[in-house]
Amino acid sequence: MLETVLFWVFAALGIAGGIGLILNRNPIYSALSLILNFFSIAGLYLALSAEFLAAIQILVYAGAIMVLFLFVIMLLNLQEEKIELSFDAKRGLAFILGLAFIAEMFYVFRSLSPFSEDEVAKLSAQDVALSDINLVAGQFTLGQVEPIGEQLMTTYLFPFEMISVILLAALVGAIVVARKHTYQ
Amino acid sequence: MSLEPTILSYLAVSVIMFVLGAVGVMIRRNAIVVFMCVELMLNAVNLSLVAFSKMHYVKAQLLSESSEHVAPGSMLVFFVMCVAAAEAVVGLSIIISLFRNRLDIDINNMNIFKW
Repeated sequence: MLETVLFWVFAALGIAGGIGLILNRNPIYSALSLILNFFSIAGLYLALSAEFLAAIQILVYAGAIMVLFLFVIMLLNLQEEKIELSFDAKRGLAFILGLAFIAEMFYVFRSLSPFSEDEVAKLSAQDVALSDINLVAGQFTLGQVEPIGEQLMTTYLFPFEMISVILLAALVGAIVVARKHTYQ
Repeated sequence: MSLEPTILSYLAVSVIMFVLGAVGVMIRRNAIVVFMCVELMLNAVNLSLVAFSKMHYVKAQLLSESSEHVAPGSMLVFFVMCVAAAEAVVGLSIIISLFRNRLDIDINNMNIFKW
């Protein structure tokens, strides 16, 4: 019950945040809409009972990345874009392409089943009706701290170390690119 | 029709957010907003990864298989977040240096490589 409420509230808020992001003329308002969207995605992770990922989402995205975006927007002191809500050929094309992509993905999703034929046979042998199964309900321990930490230190140790190298490279690269260059 | 969210509901939300990000990339001209739309697309894909991960986990329990290493999607989300953070830092520093050189970050005016 709780996860149903969480899902619908945060799905609506997240989509509203996304619409606000692309329709606001002022980049600051766009950034704030994006923060709303990130919080909503954290709420959806909670509805999926992936608590650790929800916490990380708020810490990393809403906490760190968006602060960086807001800093840069305020640093650059941009004007608002002049004509944003007019509807020219380019925007119409983008809109049609977006709708076509949504329709295509919905068509694909409807024709897919999460169960193979063997698994359907196995479940019907156990007297479980496929229509009663909700695959995203209930507990999900793999989204919590302990299994993620354990897997990071065992199965995913090498990618974990590579991430630290990537972050270091990004840190050094950002300083080099954004610093004031003096040529002489 | 029950209101309880299924895997399809999560995928629908994910697709709609992804398309909002993609449309934003196509229609906006401010480089920072375009960049934020890319972040929105990354997040939408992360949401579908977590939903798929949970789907496989619940399915493995239902079929009474081992659910130990069945759903690496949530690990992938973790790594995508790290890479997105690195990407945001580098992209914003490129935008800063662009603004320092041209005093303008309208992507329609970025045509110095145009032949």
